[in-house]
Amino acid sequence: MKPFAISGEQIDVNVCALRLANERAGALVTFEGWVRNHNEGQQVGSLEYEAYVPLAESEGARILAEAEERFALTGAAAVHRTGHLRIGELAVWVGVTAEHRGAAFDACRYIIDEAKARLPIWKKEHYAGGATAWINCATRGEHAGGSAP
Amino acid sequence: MMRVNVQYFAILREQRGLTAESVETGRETVSALYDELRARHGFTLPGDRVRAAVNDTFVPASQVLQPGDRVVFIPPVAGG
Repeated sequence: MKPFAISGEQIDVNVCALRLANERAGALVTFEGWVRNHNEGQQVGSLEYEAYVPLAESEGARILAEAEERFALTGAAAVHRTGHLRIGELAVWVGVTAEHRGAAFDACRYIIDEAKARLPIWKKEHYAGGATAWINCATRGEHAGGSAP
Repeated sequence: MMRVNVQYFAILREQRGLTAESVETGRETVSALYDELRARHGFTLPGDRVRAAVNDTFVPASQVLQPGDRVVFIPPVAGG
């Protein structure tokens, strides 16, 4: 599995954490991003994620390498989902191990923040009532529910 | 004129109605190619909100195109 994997399959957090098993590690910090039922005042029914996989995986690997350079880690890995996800499903998982917790907390935060800002991954919200919108892609005169069919 | 391969994702894929196509262009840079395709297909995102990748690597807007390049225009991202 790629260090930062893009997956069309449900994420198994136990399998993910096992990849980081390391006898030098004294801390594992994980982050889970879940699909929530609302965004900016609208009821969200489901989410669709689309990724440009080769570049998302290579840029994701770069982010993990940056985290390993900046913080005293023993390991780091992440998985991001693609496809149509229901409310409550796991969309992204980040796991970081270190000898001590401080570095693990800081690195986990760094990785998820950079991943959100840099990876070529897109999110389409499906609202109650049938409207949809690609997040961050609205242009003048549009709003979140603006692309109703 | 040269031929390049363009791949579309997310809002651009929907607005183009295709995931990929081969394009004949006389434009020199990736940003000029985006402007040409935007005018032809009515993409809503202006060029300054779209990044580009060539052959699976991020490139600046001024990147000069080579025949056979695989070009991807990247709408504002929203992972996580």
